[in-house]
Amino acid sequence: MVVFLSTFPGCSDSSDRTTIRFWVFGAEGDVVEQLLPEFERENPDIRVRVQKIPWTAAHEKLLTAYASNSMPDVFQLGNTWIPEFHMLDAIEPIDSHVDTSVVIDADDYFEGIWVTNIIDGELYGIPWYVDTRVLFYRKDILHDAGFSKPPRTWEELYTLSKRIKQNAGTEERYAMLLPTNEWVPPVLFGLQTGSSLLRDDGQYGNFSGEEFQTAFEYYTRYFHEGLAPVGITQVTNIYQGLTEGFFAMYITGPWNVGEFRRRLPEHMQDNWGTAPLPGPDPDGIRDTPGVSMAGGASLVMSAGSPHHEKAWRLIEFFSRTDIQIRFNQLSGNLPSRLSAWEESGIKEDVHIRAFYEQLPHVVPLPQVPEWEQIALKIQQYAELVSMKRMTVPEALSALDAEVDRILDKRRWILSRTD
Amino acid sequence: MGYSRRAPYLFLAPALFLIGVFFFFPVLAAFLMSFTDFDIYGLSDFNLVRLIGLQNYINLLQDHLFWTALKNTFYFVFIGGPLSIVVSLGAALLINSKLVKLKGFFRLVYFTPVVATLVSVAIVWRYIYHPRFGLLNYALDFFGIEAIDWLGDPFWAMPSIIILAVWKNFGYNMIIFIAGLQNIPEELYEAAKIDGANFLSQFKSITLPMLAPTMLFVGIITMIGYFQLFAEPYIMTQGGPANSTLSIVLYMYEEGFRWWNMGYSASLAFVLFIIIFIGTLIQLRVQKSGYEG
Repeated sequence: MVVFLSTFPGCSDSSDRTTIRFWVFGAEGDVVEQLLPEFERENPDIRVRVQKIPWTAAHEKLLTAYASNSMPDVFQLGNTWIPEFHMLDAIEPIDSHVDTSVVIDADDYFEGIWVTNIIDGELYGIPWYVDTRVLFYRKDILHDAGFSKPPRTWEELYTLSKRIKQNAGTEERYAMLLPTNEWVPPVLFGLQTGSSLLRDDGQYGNFSGEEFQTAFEYYTRYFHEGLAPVGITQVTNIYQGLTEGFFAMYITGPWNVGEFRRRLPEHMQDNWGTAPLPGPDPDGIRDTPGVSMAGGASLVMSAGSPHHEKAWRLIEFFSRTDIQIRFNQLSGNLPSRLSAWEESGIKEDVHIRAFYEQLPHVVPLPQVPEWEQIALKIQQYAELVSMKRMTVPEALSALDAEVDRILDKRRWILSRTD
Repeated sequence: MGYSRRAPYLFLAPALFLIGVFFFFPVLAAFLMSFTDFDIYGLSDFNLVRLIGLQNYINLLQDHLFWTALKNTFYFVFIGGPLSIVVSLGAALLINSKLVKLKGFFRLVYFTPVVATLVSVAIVWRYIYHPRFGLLNYALDFFGIEAIDWLGDPFWAMPSIIILAVWKNFGYNMIIFIAGLQNIPEELYEAAKIDGANFLSQFKSITLPMLAPTMLFVGIITMIGYFQLFAEPYIMTQGGPANSTLSIVLYMYEEGFRWWNMGYSASLAFVLFIIIFIGTLIQLRVQKSGYEG
């Protein structure tokens, strides 16, 4: 059906309305449908057809659509995927649209997030909502361990974790949850020590480098000293785990603010907090907070769409400050525009404030199409080390070797174009 | 004459055409693809696909994840396969016994897991295996055995998958065995009883030899099915922990559909094909010479 429609561009219910196909992922789909009537009222010549796709299928679905020439006109794209779809020539550069736009102003966005949309000096997406990771914690457990404020440095975090473990005595409790089925924690620590993760224009892995090695050793200490549970099966429900005090800290993203408010029991609601990530600097002056990753999703236009001008109007609509505020209220996703943070007052919110403090300190992940694949390798080796099946140096040199193999094709292509 | 000779082919043509287009052509295409480095770059620009000869197969031999996956798959086939056949045969013997009442009911009960959706079954089993709240550890605790992290411990993860797979699949082979058992003439057992044979020698000298053709069929079908282990680890463990439940097909899926390394993934498929082919030949040899030779 979708393919059929795309072969007849401009197919619409009345002769002068253009249909714009818009793909959104995850829970955003429902929210978008609530906002669209306003857009269609303001733009009577456009009808928007939304297709909702679960996040887990999004990547495969987009690639399949690309392979079969049935890309939507506008779609949401996780900003780590932008290099990949740029490489496929699937997305349209939008600098000229931004230059003439009265709605979008680059200065009104978090800089660290904005730059993840730029490849080789050209802009490909407008940040829709932002995502980064901060520390979620149980106030009472931290307090019992002598911390009235959340830790600000790696050293404080480690000392605190040790004390929590001591206070637990013989009971099986942990200081922190670092799920070994997530690549984010080891990568975050690596970014914090200033590791580039990849070197030479993303042609080789740089995991044996001093910075990443320091970070990785720090990360594995939590498992080897019993401060974080090894494996993921023990915590099937993180909300229950936190309520029971099975762990006291967890590094996670903005979606969990809403989830914690909804799922933690009443007596827990005043008992949890969020804080920017602790940094590796022992003095806690230069490097506080520690950096986090620049995540989020952008809106992009497909290169093959015949409706670029109208598609752009849709992107502008979702970038308007008032729509950003409503989108935040409906979905809980954090707005990408600074003016939306100001006007809605969410930057004063007790749990969201930490994200506002963290967002100026974010670093983009390597901009190579192979990133997802590399990230999964990092996760696999982190798991092996956490289980003591490999030592840190062994794991990191094996990781570099595998990453170099994954990047082989990229090196060949770069050498060809030189 | 010539007309009537052509007629059957004419009737077969639509089916042959469909099989050709949707089976033989893709298999051939995949075979050719296994000699290229077709990947996501190739998807963007076909000029970026290189013909690399046997390089995929050479890389495969040096890829420790491939060997891990192969080892796990063999573990699953050689432990899970025979175990599943033994359980199926045992259940078939029990149900076929004259002492058992409500045969239809038990047949239904044992067959139910086969038709249940794996996704829902897996969710229930994840709770059974839960290290802190699971039924299985609760039972072990009753006997004073310490809790086991079934799906979280690399040592126990594959046995857990095997138990689940055997439980899920034994009903199918059981039905086939029941059919085979019912085909054994009752007179043989009567004659054996008159000669004073006990249950065990009856089983060894009558039941097993008479079941040989069924056993061959079940053995081969089970082996082929078990070599293609995919859904159980895909849903339960995603190949973890520490790749201890990564199977060849799961690895193939990840390489092909997650990362679009289609060339590499195709070479994996053909290696698996060759392994299954050899396995089937060996079974045919051994079982035929064992029972008929």
